[in-house]
Amino acid sequence: MKTRSLTLRRNTDRLVSLISATAALFGIAMLAWILGTVILKGIDAINWEFFTELPAPPGMAGGGLANAIVGTLGITAMAVLLGVPVGLAAGVWLAEFGQQSKRAEAIRFACNLLMGTPSIIIGIFVYILLVLTTGSFSGFAGAVALAIIMLPVVARTTEDMLILVPGALREAALALGVPRWKTTLDIVFRAASTGLLTGILLAIARVGGETAPLLFTALNSPYWPESPNAPTANLTVTIFNYAMSPYDDWQTLAWGASLLITVSILGTTIFTRGILWYRSKS
Amino acid sequence: MIVSATALVRTQSELLTTATTTPAQVAAAVPAATPKPGGIKIAARGLDFFYGEQQALFSNNLEIAANKVTAIIGPSGCGKSTHLRTYNRIFELYRSQTVRGEVLLDGRNIFESGCDPLELRRRIGMIFQKPTPFPMSVFDNVAYGLKQHYHIGRNELAEKVEMGLRQAALWDEVKDKLHKPGTALSGGQQQRLCIARAIAVEPEVLLMDEPTSAIDPIATARIEELVSELKERYTIVIVTHNMQQAARISDFTAFFYQGRIVEFGRTGKIFTNPDNKQTEDYITGRFG
Repeated sequence: MKTRSLTLRRNTDRLVSLISATAALFGIAMLAWILGTVILKGIDAINWEFFTELPAPPGMAGGGLANAIVGTLGITAMAVLLGVPVGLAAGVWLAEFGQQSKRAEAIRFACNLLMGTPSIIIGIFVYILLVLTTGSFSGFAGAVALAIIMLPVVARTTEDMLILVPGALREAALALGVPRWKTTLDIVFRAASTGLLTGILLAIARVGGETAPLLFTALNSPYWPESPNAPTANLTVTIFNYAMSPYDDWQTLAWGASLLITVSILGTTIFTRGILWYRSKS
Repeated sequence: MIVSATALVRTQSELLTTATTTPAQVAAAVPAATPKPGGIKIAARGLDFFYGEQQALFSNNLEIAANKVTAIIGPSGCGKSTHLRTYNRIFELYRSQTVRGEVLLDGRNIFESGCDPLELRRRIGMIFQKPTPFPMSVFDNVAYGLKQHYHIGRNELAEKVEMGLRQAALWDEVKDKLHKPGTALSGGQQQRLCIARAIAVEPEVLLMDEPTSAIDPIATARIEELVSELKERYTIVIVTHNMQQAARISDFTAFFYQGRIVEFGRTGKIFTNPDNKQTEDYITGRFG
């Protein structure tokens, strides 16, 4: 039996390590590049006016995106109010009551499909459902579209987090004569609280950067958001519009908005990671 | 009341026909609303149990004497816990688990639609294999069950919590950390906290499902001591893997094997002079 060349084997090992390390570096480099560009180009737009002023008409100096910031916060808040309770309830049903039943499996499958549905399709769906019927683009329609995107994410993470709660804890509460719904709310939710919060924050981060569904629903507006029934300014559609405009100051504002969204999503994600880390430590 | 009257007749007639595995006291006992010590608190009659299609218990008949400790022993998978878990209907949490036959609590069938599981579980408390403190403070762990079942003021609540913790022989150890999380206690303390939580709602029966198998020997000794004290006020059914434990603390012992009750009688007799060969083999360590 002939020994295989040690050198060759060692070099193959090195080559494979090198290739995978390069691939990993490539991915990280892309992220760093995007972050770097957004920060470099966007930082110029970030000033007091950016957060406090309405956009200025083309050609006029100054102006900010205060209305879009407020609009995005408002639409997201409405989406959370609409999507999170339904998502939580669906997750509770899947984990606590549906369990392995056929109906639960069907709902899980539907959730997965909904998670994979391109967001632009959800935008068009809500456009037909709420914009065509009411005859007006609206912040509310935008919130509905985002809520539909959040729903399956919240439902599945809720289910996953509740399943992690030991069955013995449920049995202990029930064995004390506590009704099922109270057991879920008082004991199971409390035991899974950080996990549930994580799921909700990740769902918010998920919809924070959505543009297509808002383009068909909330549209945009140069004014302060006044009613959820009117077109509402928001950061992502503003980026879409301003980045394609021929005006330099609008393009700068678009970079500023990009930076703001990126930092917010990054912050939310890091915050949730922090919660999980803190939880695993204690 | 018509219902209890028929239950009484049925119970007596069954006593006449099935005189095989009943302890001496059973013959004298008549089910009543509040049985005297030595009366029957719980009676399983023709109890079958199924995990889906698979049958786990086969026509179990067992009578639990009031204010006594009844131990259920047997090798793993013999249906000890399954049997115990029918008494408070906790198995109903799982949709595939079903029961046939009846379990009488003070002569009334707990599987009848008139029996409310919430009230049933107030009357029959349960302690689990692993300590299960709720994710809340020591105080709230005990107060939680109380608040579920009683309208209760702050002062009375504090009194009842203290009483529960004292009965569970835990008060002295936790009186300075009532507002620390229950999960911060040691394993043995957590188990006594669960006992305090269970007895605070003033149950009549305590079901213990291998309550000491997850804790150390010293903590085990404390809980065994506690069980002997608690039987003055409560009827106790304890599932245990530990035969010495059953011999030490129980008055009656039921030996389960493959879902059937092989032998039931006074603990002294079961451990010294069992009627059944299988019981003898298990107790002497020849299998199991």
